[in-house]
Amino acid sequence: MNFKLRLWRQKDRTSPGSFQEVEAHGISPDMSFLEMLDEVNNDMIRAGSEPVAFESDCREGICGTCSLVVEGLPHGPDKGTTVCQLFMRRFLDGQTISVEPWRAKAFPILKDLVADRAAFDDIIAAGGFISAKTGSAPDANGLPVPKKDADTAMDAAACIGCGACVAACPNASAMLFVAAKVSHLGHLPQGQPERERRVVRMVSKMDEAGFGNCSNRYECEAACPKEISVEHIARMNRDYGVSSLFGSERVRAEGGAG
Amino acid sequence: MILDSKIPPGAMADKWTDYGFNMKLVNPANKRKHKVIVVGTGLAGASAAASLAEKGYNVHAFTFQDSPRRAHSIAAQGGINAAKNYPGDGDSIHRLFYDTVKGGDFRAREANVHRLAEISLKIIDHCVALGVPFAREYGGLLDNRSFGGAQVSRTFYARGQTGQQLLLGAYQSLMRQVGEGQVKLHTRREMLDVVLVDGVARGIIVRDLVTGRLERHEADAVILATGGYGRVFYLSTNAAGCNVTAAWRAHKRGAAFANPCFTQIHPTCVPVAGDHQSKLTLMSESLRNDGRVWVPRTAGDKRPPHDIPEAERFYFLEEKYPSFGNLVPRDVASRNAKQVCDAGLGVGESGLSVYLDFSDAIKRLGEGKIREKYGNLFHMYDKITDENPYQVPMRIYPAVHYTMGGLWVDYNLMSTIPGLHVLGEANFSDHGANRLGASALMQGLADGYFVISQTLGHYLASTSLPKVTTDHAAFAEAEHDAKAHIDRLLAVKGNVPAVEFHRRLGKVLWEHCGMARNEAGLKLALQEIPKIRADFWNNVSVTGAGGDLNIALEEAGRVADFLEFGELMVRDALTRKESCGGHFREESQTPENEALRDDENFCHVAAWEFTGVDSEPILHKEPLAFEEVHLTQRSYK
Ligand SMILES: Cc1cc2nc3c(=O)[nH]c(=O)nc-3n(C[C@H](O)[C@H](O)[C@H](O)COP(=O)(O)OP(=O)(O)OC[C@H]3O[C@@H](n4cnc5c(N)ncnc54)[C@H](O)[C@@H]3O)c2cc1C
Ligand code: FES
Repeated sequence: MNFKLRLWRQKDRTSPGSFQEVEAHGISPDMSFLEMLDEVNNDMIRAGSEPVAFESDCREGICGTCSLVVEGLPHGPDKGTTVCQLFMRRFLDGQTISVEPWRAKAFPILKDLVADRAAFDDIIAAGGFISAKTGSAPDANGLPVPKKDADTAMDAAACIGCGACVAACPNASAMLFVAAKVSHLGHLPQGQPERERRVVRMVSKMDEAGFGNCSNRYECEAACPKEISVEHIARMNRDYGVSSLFGSERVRAEGGAG
Repeated sequence: MILDSKIPPGAMADKWTDYGFNMKLVNPANKRKHKVIVVGTGLAGASAAASLAEKGYNVHAFTFQDSPRRAHSIAAQGGINAAKNYPGDGDSIHRLFYDTVKGGDFRAREANVHRLAEISLKIIDHCVALGVPFAREYGGLLDNRSFGGAQVSRTFYARGQTGQQLLLGAYQSLMRQVGEGQVKLHTRREMLDVVLVDGVARGIIVRDLVTGRLERHEADAVILATGGYGRVFYLSTNAAGCNVTAAWRAHKRGAAFANPCFTQIHPTCVPVAGDHQSKLTLMSESLRNDGRVWVPRTAGDKRPPHDIPEAERFYFLEEKYPSFGNLVPRDVASRNAKQVCDAGLGVGESGLSVYLDFSDAIKRLGEGKIREKYGNLFHMYDKITDENPYQVPMRIYPAVHYTMGGLWVDYNLMSTIPGLHVLGEANFSDHGANRLGASALMQGLADGYFVISQTLGHYLASTSLPKVTTDHAAFAEAEHDAKAHIDRLLAVKGNVPAVEFHRRLGKVLWEHCGMARNEAGLKLALQEIPKIRADFWNNVSVTGAGGDLNIALEEAGRVADFLEFGELMVRDALTRKESCGGHFREESQTPENEALRDDENFCHVAAWEFTGVDSEPILHKEPLAFEEVHLTQRSYK
């Protein structure tokens, strides 16, 4: 198969970027999208030019490193699929395909197709955890957890932190990411003591990092490669409401769970 | 070089506990004054950084990824072992210890394995406290499954994403410490060298992968938790970024490399589809519980699988191993798949795969039940191969999956360089010559949460460490070396991308240093690899500059290290003239063509000392003694 690619090229964080048109020849339909880019890059390297920078690691849909907007869609056209698991047989021979990085104020572009998602780590550092010191835990079966709760926690915990939800959202909101973590830990008895503090701190960090508000467009759920449900957002809003009404933590006036 | 394993005295079951009491402690007020570097933030590194920070040490953590949550540990699917005996099926610390020593084919240290089995219990407690959503039964208690041929159910799991959930638990603890200012996190940094001051590890050199700047970091101790080197084969189930760079550069500075030829080949992976392929995907081992493995009886039989009548199918595992059948251990399953393919019986376009057929299970249990159990995996398989495994048998082939070899460490997890500690898959670890399923996650977390957080204190409290700053000449020299290496890569200006050399190296290793090896093949590989290396240094193309984000340079740097390391692997394999664990040495087999271990000559850890890139390394041996588990040949007939 052959394709015409429109690749976003940008030297660094501050330089302006633009599309570069590149031909991809002799692509096997069994190649993944990233393997196709590997081929294109190898051709560039052979020709003495600099390959397009993009990120990937596991290449099996679990690490959340890959992050490309393909034809305007984060992770491309397949539902519930990361771009590393998208295969070229999905495209038409001769098709023109545009490839861009995540775009969001809170995810500055470092180069070409690589965006900086450190803001997600900052949000987790603000409260996305259970404070339990190593060695202090009681027996694991000491506290039964209803299977239903454990399953819901796991559904939320499946988030791979890729940021597609932010890239898909017209407001570049990180609500689905934050809600998934709040919901994961909030569904477990171990997560209760810090429940209020957690949601308030995470939301306030999210606002501070420059993510937008949620206006219930649900583009995030559609783009999420793990199909995390927006129901978690509703749940988080309830938690946030309770915490800000009765919680001991001060909530920043301008912030909000959207 | 002296290999002192520092195994504490006393009865096997009391060693770790007694040792804990005898260790020197760092005064709580002084912990803050000790700066500790942790390179790698996978399960081993993140758990180490978090627990050391909780204890009060001043921790600096480094990863080449953009976030600790991306480490390769995230990809582990199946589960983590612990001797909790919740199902009441007769498990115990002793049984887990015994199974692991035997599973490793008697090439691991008993004392380490026993400690691992003891700690396994605490790991589960701690992970649950951190909010790891392990699978549960309706009564709310934790569910267990049996895994990798174990006779008891001791594997804890979180759907097919156990590694992800364990890593997120460790990552969240780590980020909590970052938030509290106890850990300084350095992401997108690749470690290029370890810095020795007066023979003691006192820092590292890293490259900032965004700006290209080289940085010097000093510390009182350095911990490497940089993962395994399976990518040396190019094709493997490992993530694209897995590398040997950190371990190899430490080796070049004096850390012995132990058992580099001990790699694990996993039997159930999606087969290679073409030269473009960048990685192989694991299909969970659990599939062998319901799938039957077969090939046509006659070579060259190209009929579609349904058209091949039952009598003309060769269910080779069931026929050869009637009592274990399709559930033989990984090494046996892998080797047999290779054998039938080598005999021309393999299926698929390349002839390099065997069927894993679910039609009997679907008939027996119904498609719905199979979908419930394996739906995700079937879906993934379909996506990759464009074939529907509910209708046609899956095709599978073994792939490199894990590396048991690694930097040599003593009982304290310290390498032969004082102050340099190595955790997780990066060390030569507790798995001997073959790792059992669900035990890598256990070891990574044991090392990180529970072992190093104690033994490091002992090291710091019993060593006098003069103050060192990054102005020291040793830092300047190491930085200079790292820069020279980068400049050399950029200066070749050939026209071949690094990946092509990587693929060539991988093919040589897979062919001659993979599941089955023989002297002639290994000797051939020993000639081939230096040739590929020379070709690399004459013709590699690394475009772009050293001063910014440059993926071509990152890749070339890793390939350059693999090209040196691969040779050591082959040399180790050549020297170990026995079959053991995952390694079938063709000259060492029983009359029934089963692997034959040679305890008389090879009951030792082979630890290699670096002497120069083109000069022969020196072999040191750490003898292994088995006091608790008696040496026996494994048999699965
Ligand atoms: C597909 C798959 C499935 C698996 N399933 C299981 C399972 O079910 N059960 C089980 O027990 N085991 C399983 N394993 C094995 C297990 O996942 C790994 O052995 C284990 O997670 C390794 O953890 P680690 O912390 O040692 O290394 P990793 O998780 O690989 O982490 C390495 C870290 O080091 C960093 N790093 C590496 N090099 C450098 C450098 N030069 N500079 C800076 N940083 C560096 C990386 O950024 C990363 O943070 C599986 C493995 C694979 C491939
Ligand atoms: S590369 Fe890991 S999710 Fe795509």
